[in-house]
Amino acid sequence: MTTLLAVENLTRRFGGLVAVNAVNLDLKRGEVHAVIGTNGAGKSTLINMLSGEIDASDGRISLDGEDITTRAQFRRALAGVGRSYQRTTIFPEFTVLENCRLAAQAANPRPWAIWQSSSRCAESNALAREALAAAGLDGVAERIAGTLSHGAKRQLEVAMCLATQPRVLLLDEPLAGMGAEETERMLGLLTRLKASHAILLVEHDMDAVFRIADRITVMVNGTVIATGDPDSIRTNPQVRTAYLGEDH
Amino acid sequence: MQRLSHSIPLLCAIALAVFGPMLSPYLSDLVVKVMILSIFALSLELLVGMTGLVSLGHAAFYGIGAYATVLGSGKDGGSIAWLLPLAMGSAALYALAVGALSLRTRGVYFIMVTLAFAQMAFFVFHDTALGGGSDGIYMYIRPTLGALDMENRYTQFYAVLAALVLTYGLLALIRRSRFGAALAGIRVNEQRMRAAGFAVYGYKLAAFVIAGALAGLAGFLLASRDGVVNPELLAWHNSGEVLLMIILGGLGHLRGAVIGAVAFTLLKELLSTHALVGPLADHWQLTLGLAIIAFVALLPKGIIGIAERLSPATPKSTKGAAA
Repeated sequence: MTTLLAVENLTRRFGGLVAVNAVNLDLKRGEVHAVIGTNGAGKSTLINMLSGEIDASDGRISLDGEDITTRAQFRRALAGVGRSYQRTTIFPEFTVLENCRLAAQAANPRPWAIWQSSSRCAESNALAREALAAAGLDGVAERIAGTLSHGAKRQLEVAMCLATQPRVLLLDEPLAGMGAEETERMLGLLTRLKASHAILLVEHDMDAVFRIADRITVMVNGTVIATGDPDSIRTNPQVRTAYLGEDH
Repeated sequence: MQRLSHSIPLLCAIALAVFGPMLSPYLSDLVVKVMILSIFALSLELLVGMTGLVSLGHAAFYGIGAYATVLGSGKDGGSIAWLLPLAMGSAALYALAVGALSLRTRGVYFIMVTLAFAQMAFFVFHDTALGGGSDGIYMYIRPTLGALDMENRYTQFYAVLAALVLTYGLLALIRRSRFGAALAGIRVNEQRMRAAGFAVYGYKLAAFVIAGALAGLAGFLLASRDGVVNPELLAWHNSGEVLLMIILGGLGHLRGAVIGAVAFTLLKELLSTHALVGPLADHWQLTLGLAIIAFVALLPKGIIGIAERLSPATPKSTKGAAA
């Protein structure tokens, strides 16, 4: 398995607060790497630094061996880092297909070609259709995105990521607020995507995490206290006291 | 649906072209003024309706276009061939500077920063030698191009009509293009656009500069029509009025900007005509204000919203990426 995204000593300070403290992490293709931790453990801050939404105070992020620590968010996205947000971030007033087509258009923008219609952009349409099929949304391509169910919106957000052809997927609580059936569908999708992507999964649903993750990193107060396969995390005494609680 | 929605504006343009010469000088003059304001409103619609950038300093670009025309023409008059690029170029250049700085802010801060830059431009021309004092500057000879002379009533009419059609056409093209789809995406969800890999700042700056250049075009036409410019063109209430026009007409539609410019000008004319409203005409600002409050309260989607409300059966074409 090749390491796609490597993080060394990544730190983020907000004033006196150290939200993420010297975190080391790597994401490999063919692997779901879950990051768990209580609220305020620094998981979202970590994702925000990886995607380029906020700057790192210290440390280094490399994508395929290339340093991207100070690269602008859109450049990282073009280089293959796709992300979803904790709060669904789609274009609610466009159709499902338009959502994906617009995301796909990022790789093929040609903004000066104003005589060409966006809806007839063959490359973007093909990528969008492909992403919708992968996410199982091809049946609702013409629906207005805002009218979809919560679960379908979350799927759409992943589909929009896929439409940009990322190599790395950073998913911030993709299962939040989902019912059992929707959760199963999403887990199925992630399992299928695993083969060709490196996936970072931040998630609160522990059952899902232990089922799907190949590796788990546990964060407490911005610091990584353990990394390992699900079994070693489950039995790690430090993790049990700090996070999982005695009932596990 | 798309074809039909473009055929109505086209028919209006053809009707204007055919019946324009038959209008009385007063009416013709009014129509020219409304067409110029329509171009101005359309240029702001690119920012507000299409990109979601609410600017309260758009009159600066309009005024700069007008001033550039008059200052550039001098005592002996000038050619459209270089006065028009000068007017649009000056406005675009100022828009580039203003946009580069103001687009780093958003929301109400963006509104305030654009207003501040417009006020700066206003005071460059207000009561200074450059701006000709508070009375402004006269242009003794209007711009010409070969046989075309903006002094001529008909030339003026057709030149302005052509400019309006071209502006409308350009923006309609932009709307359906990938550039327009990206602007719509920025309006709806900037965060997602950045995460998808769009250079959001560049897109916004491009829209801002194009909008500035088109406002400069409107300014050029206004100066050519009036033969005079004054600092009031750049004043903040002019920025407010053009914003009112596009809100009144209905944001998010090109037609809305034109309808808004027509409605606003007509309202102003009617409410300040003694023959129609009697002594209230002296207080037209008050009645205009009340009328606009009533319009916005009753028609939250603008005048264009009436059509949508009257025909709920027709499937609404999706706004944004596809439109």
